[in-house]
Amino acid sequence: MFKILKYSFFDLMRSRWSYVYFLFYLMLGIVLLFLNNDTSKAVITLMNIIIVLTPLIGTIFGIMYYYNSREFTELLLAQPIKRSTIFLGQYLGVSLSLSLSLVIGLGIPFILYGIFQSSAIFNFLTLLLVGAFLTFIFVALAFNVALSNENKIKGFGYAILIWLFMAVIYDGLFLISLMLLEEYPLDRYSLIASMLNPIDLSRILILLKLDISALLSYTGALFKKFFGTNLGMISSTLVLVLWVILPVMRIIYKSKKKDF
Amino acid sequence: MIEIQQLHKNFGKVEVLKGVDLGIASGGIFAVLGPNGSGKTTMIKSILGMVIPDKGTIEIDAKNILKKYAYRDNINYLPQIANFPNNLTVSELINMMKDLRNKPASDQSLIDRFALAPFLDKKLGNLSGGTRQKVNILLTFMFDSDLIILDEPTTGLDPISLLQLKEIIRTEKEKGKTILITSHIISFVEEMADQIVFLLDGKIYYKGTIAGLKEQTKQKNLEEAIATILME
Repeated sequence: MFKILKYSFFDLMRSRWSYVYFLFYLMLGIVLLFLNNDTSKAVITLMNIIIVLTPLIGTIFGIMYYYNSREFTELLLAQPIKRSTIFLGQYLGVSLSLSLSLVIGLGIPFILYGIFQSSAIFNFLTLLLVGAFLTFIFVALAFNVALSNENKIKGFGYAILIWLFMAVIYDGLFLISLMLLEEYPLDRYSLIASMLNPIDLSRILILLKLDISALLSYTGALFKKFFGTNLGMISSTLVLVLWVILPVMRIIYKSKKKDF
Repeated sequence: MIEIQQLHKNFGKVEVLKGVDLGIASGGIFAVLGPNGSGKTTMIKSILGMVIPDKGTIEIDAKNILKKYAYRDNINYLPQIANFPNNLTVSELINMMKDLRNKPASDQSLIDRFALAPFLDKKLGNLSGGTRQKVNILLTFMFDSDLIILDEPTTGLDPISLLQLKEIIRTEKEKGKTILITSHIISFVEEMADQIVFLLDGKIYYKGTIAGLKEQTKQKNLEEAIATILME
């Protein structure tokens, strides 16, 4: 697996889009920190961007990588290696290279600014961790969609739809459901509903870490009341881990049964 | 060498293989022929483990190969379309393939033969289609395996490289290798193949020598013999 991982990683790290993605975060970090002069505010602004952008980029890169390397994957399938090895290697290659662009791109300006002397260091690290999680989750979802759809255009469409649903539509539906069901006790329902969307979950995780009650949403406040800050963070992280593991297991399962 | 029994495969509602029985002995060049959609590629991909058959067995050297992967160490495969990771260089790709196999590779002689030395440090995305096909051929023949499977090997090759390819195939045959070729180019098949396997409608229609097929259809050349079968 590491052999496949190594080469897909090299291939992707040299692609123009990885540089663009890296430079984008670099510029964003510099602009936010040096114009704003307040690490906490910069972290909050970054959160709002990362929570929407990393899933989008993960989705697009994941789906494009799969479809573009389809012929090469066929060549790999004819080599004496297991199928799961090939797809896991490629998946990790894409996810790691994207996460690295994020971590290095934002890391450089924050280090220059002196994040190590600041108390915001752990907030910042949480932010990077969540960005990496979202990348791993959405690349896995994109691979799932690609494995189930031979047609490129359809696959691309479904993948973008998943992103749109999680990033935008889900919250709207959730709010509407809260309004409609307001006579009932909604604590448990809201907790479960926010766990079913990795983007919401990431937002709660960061806001719990930042400990800004004013920005905590209804569900965030519930999380805090229900679990307390620490247990809330641990449980939301665990659910994020689950959000990586389940799609990856489906990648393995699907790839075993597929005809190429 | 290869023993296929009652191989069935459906893609959705389309029945592509309808019970293929085929035995291929060790050594020699076998051309797999048939009209579009007759199941050539599906059969070959089943041998390679890329397509998972619904029914039937495939044995290589008397060992069942379905759902296994280690057996592929003894197969070289040339895919029809050469498409490689765009940002890797040719030499990195060669090293990757060597990494994935556990046996020695003779890449240098093939690099010399196809004059690929100036391209070794170039990125694969910047190569022309013909050069990429040469790299494809290099990756296929650099390992010493008993079974060689070539899917439309002549695509995109210039005349000199085509001559080189034929020479390589002949050398491999002399070493006692079993070579399976699919091709639509009849002259290439007539020149190279010892035996032909003719697939029609998901079944083996004919297996034997080219002369035998001509005799059976009472035609003077292979092209007309095939046309006769298809018109029946």
